[in-house]
Parts: sequence; C-alpha cells; structure tokens
Amino acid sequence: MSAAGGAPVLEVRNLTKRFGGLVAVKDLSFSIRRGEILGLIGPNGSGKSTAMNAILGVHPPTSGSVRLEGAEIAGLPSHRIARMGVGIVFQHSRPLARQTVLENIQVALLPDRLTRLVAGEDVEARARSIAERVGLAAVVDRRPATLPFADLRRLELAKAIARRPRLVLVDEPFAGLTASEVAAFSALIRAFRDEGCAVLLVDHNVKGVSALVDRVLAMYLGERIAEGPAADVMRDETVRRVYLGGPLGAPARPESTFADRDAALRVEGLDVSYGKARALQGVSLHVHQGEFVSVVGLNGAGKTTLFNAVSGLVPYTGSIRWRGVALAGRSGAQIARGGIVQCPESRELFGDMTVLENLELGGHALPDAERTERLAWLHGLFPILRSRGTQTARTLSGGEQQMLAIARALMMKPRLLILDEPTLGLAPVILETLSQALERLRSSTDIAVLLGEQNVTFALSHADRVYVLDHARIVWEGRPDRFEAEAAGAYI
Amino acid sequence: MSVARRRPGRLAVAALVALATAACLPFAASGYVLGLLTVAFYTAVFAMAWDLLFGFAGEVNFGPTFLIGLGAYTAGILDARFSPDLPIIVCVAAGAAAAVVGGVLLALPALRVRGPYFGLTTLVAVLMLQNLVVVFADLTGGEIGLAMPDVITANARGNYWLALGFMATSAAILYGLSRSAIGLVLQASGQDPLQAGALGFNVAKHKLFAFVVSAFFSGLAGALMVFYMGTASVGTFVDISVGVQVIIAAVLGGRRTVLGAGIGAIFLIGMGELLRPLGELATLIVSLVALAVVLFFPDGFIGMLRGRAGR
Repeated sequence: MSAAGGAPVLEVRNLTKRFGGLVAVKDLSFSIRRGEILGLIGPNGSGKSTAMNAILGVHPPTSGSVRLEGAEIAGLPSHRIARMGVGIVFQHSRPLARQTVLENIQVALLPDRLTRLVAGEDVEARARSIAERVGLAAVVDRRPATLPFADLRRLELAKAIARRPRLVLVDEPFAGLTASEVAAFSALIRAFRDEGCAVLLVDHNVKGVSALVDRVLAMYLGERIAEGPAADVMRDETVRRVYLGGPLGAPARPESTFADRDAALRVEGLDVSYGKARALQGVSLHVHQGEFVSVVGLNGAGKTTLFNAVSGLVPYTGSIRWRGVALAGRSGAQIARGGIVQCPESRELFGDMTVLENLELGGHALPDAERTERLAWLHGLFPILRSRGTQTARTLSGGEQQMLAIARALMMKPRLLILDEPTLGLAPVILETLSQALERLRSSTDIAVLLGEQNVTFALSHADRVYVLDHARIVWEGRPDRFEAEAAGAYI
Repeated sequence: MSVARRRPGRLAVAALVALATAACLPFAASGYVLGLLTVAFYTAVFAMAWDLLFGFAGEVNFGPTFLIGLGAYTAGILDARFSPDLPIIVCVAAGAAAAVVGGVLLALPALRVRGPYFGLTTLVAVLMLQNLVVVFADLTGGEIGLAMPDVITANARGNYWLALGFMATSAAILYGLSRSAIGLVLQASGQDPLQAGALGFNVAKHKLFAFVVSAFFSGLAGALMVFYMGTASVGTFVDISVGVQVIIAAVLGGRRTVLGAGIGAIFLIGMGELLRPLGELATLIVSLVALAVVLFFPDGFIGMLRGRAGR
C-alpha cells in the first residue's frame, strides 16, 4: 500500500518464549518495513502480548532473533532497546499525577543520565510542539487526573512520539475510545507511518484495525495462523475456525420451552463506569430458569463487569432483578445465598487447601447429609476430583483447577451459575471434559447458566441463546445457529 | 524543572523567613528547647532522606535505622578507638561512607525482589545490625551504649546552629534533586518501572542512585547526631521504633514532598515533648494523630495545604 522499501526495520526470526512448561510463543517470524503498519491479532492467550514484550525487552525471548535495522536486540534490557528506537504506546498508563501534562511529556525527552540536573533549554519547546501535534495543546498545564480518557491516551502517544522511534508498538489502539476519537487516533498513527516509522498494532481482532493496517498477522496458541491483507485474513479458513468455532453441539432449546413465565434473571439498562472509562452501557438481558445463555465478547468487552454487577460486586445504575426482586443494595454474600453463584475467571481457589477442603468450604452452609450427597453427585460429574481429593489445589493442572472451581460453585446449590471464561488457557482435551460436564448439567438439572466466553466454539455449543457484547454494549442477540451468518462480521 | 522555575517566589520566601526565625531562636529560647530542636533537625534529615526513597523511587524502606545506625556507629566507634589522632570530620565522613556502602547492599535485593519482600529484607537488615552491635559489645558498647571521648562542641547554641545549617543544606539538596530532571525520572521509575524502561530510562541505575543519596544523608545525619549526643546506643539509632518514628514523620508531613517529611519530623518530636507530662498517654495521642492524618489526609500536612489551595 504505502511506499515501503528497503530492508525491514523490524525482523523477528523464529521467536520462541517459554514460561516454565508453557510455550507462549512458538517459532514466530515476521518483519515490518519502513512506512508499514502491521496488525498483530489473536484472541486472549494467543501469545501476541508475549511477542510484544519479547520485542520490548520486558521478558527476553527463550530463543530466536529480533533485529532492529539489522542490529540484534533480543535479550537486551528494555531501556537499551528503547534508546535504540523502539517506542510503545501502552493501553493503560500511570502518568505522574503531581506533574502537568507538559511535564509528563518532558519526562520522555530527558536523557538517561544522572549528571543532568536541569533539562535542556529546548525540552519545553519540543514538548509543546508534540502536545500540539497530538491535540493536547489546550490542556498542557492541567494535571493528568483531570483529563478525559481519550486525552490520557493522547498523552501516551505524545510520550512515544517524543522518543522519535523507528518502530512503534501500539497496544489495543482504540480500546475505550468513541468513534470520533478512533478517527483522530487513526490519523495520528498514520502520521507515524508517513514519517517512515514501522508500526505494529496489537489487537484482539481484525475488525478494529482493518482500516489502518497494510498487513495482518493472526496468532493462535502462540503460532502464526495467517498473514496477509486484512480482507484475506478475515476470509481465512483457520482464522474463521478460531474466532467462530466449528460445528455446534447439542441443539438449542427455544425460549418458549422454559417453564417460568417471566425470566428468572432480568437485567435492564445496566450502566457501569470505572472512573472515566464506561465499562457497560445500556445492557439488557435475561435468563430463564434452566436456560443456558452465553455472552460472547473479546477481552475488555465488559463480560466480567456484567457478571460482577449481577453478583453485587460493582456499583451500577439500571435494574437487575432475580426472581422478580431487585438486587440493588444487596451484598455479594446475600446474592450468593439467594442462588446466584459466580465462578470467576481467576478461579479464586484456596491454593493451600486440598480439593476436598475446597469443596467442603463451598458447601459449608449445607446440612451434613446434604453435603455428602452433593459431594457424591459432583464426584460423578467430575470423576478426576475424587482421585485428587487429598491433593492441594495449587498442585492441580489448569484444567483440574477449573473443574474444582466449578464444582465448588455447584456445592453452593446455585439456581444460576455464572461462569466467566472457564476455557481460558485450557488444552483441547480438558475442554472436552468440561463440555461433557456442562451437557450433563444442562440435560439433568434445571440450573441456569450464564457463560462468558471468547472461545466462540465453546460458547455456542453450550447455549440456548447468545448475546454478543462489544465495547460495553450488547450488539447482537439470537440463537447460536444464526451467529455465524449474522454476528461474525462484528466479531473477527 | 519548570515547576521550580514558575513559582520560585513563595516557597523560597517562606523558607528564608522560617530559616531566619529559627536562626535567631537561640537568643530567645532555653537550652532545653534548643537541645530538643537539635534532635528534631537531625530527625528531619532522616525523614527527608527516607522520603526520597519511598516517595520518589517507590521503595518502602522499613529500616531507615539500618542506614542511620551504620553512620552513627561507624563514626562513634572510630572516635572511641582513635580519639585524639583521628579528626572528628574524618569520623563523620567515614560514617556517611559506611552508610552509602550499606545503601548499595540494601539496594541489591530491592532491584531483584518486588513488593513486600523488599520491605522484609530492610527489616531484617535492621535486626542484623542490632544483633551485631550487641554481639560485638567490646567494640560497640553493646546494650549499654558507646561513650565517646569527643563532641563537636558542648555549646547548646553551637550544636543548634550546626544542626539547623545541616538540615537546611540537606533540605535544599534533597528538594532540589526531587524537582530536577533526575527526580522526575525517579518518580516515573517508582510509579511505573515498565513504562520508564520503555521510555529508555535505566530504572535500576536511577533507583540505585536514590539509595546512595538517601543513605548518604541518613548516615551523615546519624554521624553528626552521635557527636552531639556523645553516646551511641541501639535505642537511639538502630531500634525499629526509631525507624517507625522516621516513617511516621515522613508520612505525616506528606509523601513525595521531601520538605513535608522534615516538617513532620519536627512536629512529631515537638508534640512528643509537649505531651510528655501525660506520661505513657503522650505516645498514644501522637500515634492517634498520626493515624488520623494518614486515614483522612493521606497526602499529609503538605497535602492538606495543597488541598485547601485548590488543585
């Protein structure tokens, strides 16, 4: 697309990064030329952040080479790599709160020396011109805490510009921005390209960056699965399978088959904000008793926030009703006793306690006989937990920990079980076991399940209805078999 | 940088007025008050040096007395051993140097471990020093304390002016450093090391520098104070409770302000003395005031003033 010529600015060859036994990035190779924008995309856990950190020197690669304009930078400390011309626009930042916007930009212009007590004369002038370029000129004397979210991101961009990098990495360039802000940011990122920078955009899906990139590289489970123009990658078979999943499991049951006339859980007009960032906007959904409902959304879409609001863990406006009663003002513990139990993404197991102790804690409110009965039922559902009974939770594998977390939640006899990303980081074999357990719950009990997932295959296989959550809003609702035809465009 | 350039007036005038008033005090106040303030001034330097490490480099050093004690005992032992032959100034310089070495040793784990573990190593450092003092009682005077043959001067006014001048110089250097380009990079490294690295700053180098500076002033103040006291004892220079007082002073005055830490230290010692007639109750009241300030004004005295002036 653009005038891209000469040797690549960044050349990554056979990059591999291991964390203990986990191979987060496997044999990854790619390059970016001057004036080129490459999009690095992949779902959560695909290894794109690890690849980014390896280039930045935050976590040195286990093997492979990273060359910046021919010079090897793999394994150098991050400040050396930065001094050689690699800049990063972080998604989240903690600017200096007591300093003004201008001073925050000036920091990026300072030398890495202990002998220079006073910044050079030109530093302030340069900081002002950078502030002007990114659209912060009007607020240079304000403190970061008083700025809206978009301006804080502009400040991050300004700091990267100040370093005059030859390669810029931008982490989730448009997360949390409105449509007009996205346009302004796109223009700023294009300006990097026009100055001859090589740009690497890291994001969850192609859709968000397609208008900006020259090329896209898609990753999954640490490996490259596709590379090429955005449109080609979106059409790629492997990419579609990763994002949209394969054939469906058990057939979805229509809403009319559920006995309750009004839905057991009814959420209406839910708004949640974290400071300046809006995490949920006007979200409405419902779940019938016995129904399995999946909420599909990428990282940061608002799934966890939605579940935490239902569980009474974050303040919200709007209404959440459970069996006809408003939940507002109830504590998390009261809501859990009322039958809504959440199994969080982080699992929150008691790592030093045994499997059995974790389960018994989940059922501590039950009478002894009932607890024993419940335990036997759960051992039937997850046989592996019986044989692991005396092992401490910390020593279980990731998949076993997930099963224990779900089983412990089920010990509390929930009427609605909320599962937040149960498949995160699990191997395919474990997914199979988890799938079977959920199917048994679905066919043999009238428990309702609200499942939050990025893994669409898994989400669609275990859903009677599906919601798509994107950037804090519900953008689609429907039966799982209509998902690929109607919602895929909004998701890849 | 530009903050200092923009409003040099008000702060400088206030500091000069305070300094001039304090310098004239010996003509009005009793020797008892002067003695109290002399100790308060040295403690103010301890607190300011601690704030450079905590407020700017972001490292919570639970053992400020490790550095102070090294300075005090090194100076004290040298004087006690080689009294007439070794000039006092050499003993004091050796004390500061020993503290700097200790600061570098303390920094090594800080650059490796994160979070609460570093805090624990600093506590252990204090306990180790305390044990060493007791074990090598021949050299250190052990639990009884080390009596020193020399003092800088026996004159209360002289000691007062020396402490005041030392505090004012230290404050000017530490405050200037905190407002310099280095202070800014230090603050960035303390708040978000990942980003500071990505901006091209060697975080380890800057933090090590902060440790060295903090240790230098702690050790120097400890060494000078030992020559004022005439004795070195674990209870005044090493004990954990002394360190806690330094930390409370810094937090009370206002974290990340340097000068606030000094003001907090003078306030704390003054309060403790004013309330002394209440006996054991005095400690309790001071603790409650400190707790209230930390809970309701986490930015300390300086934060209270700033809050009133409007952000």
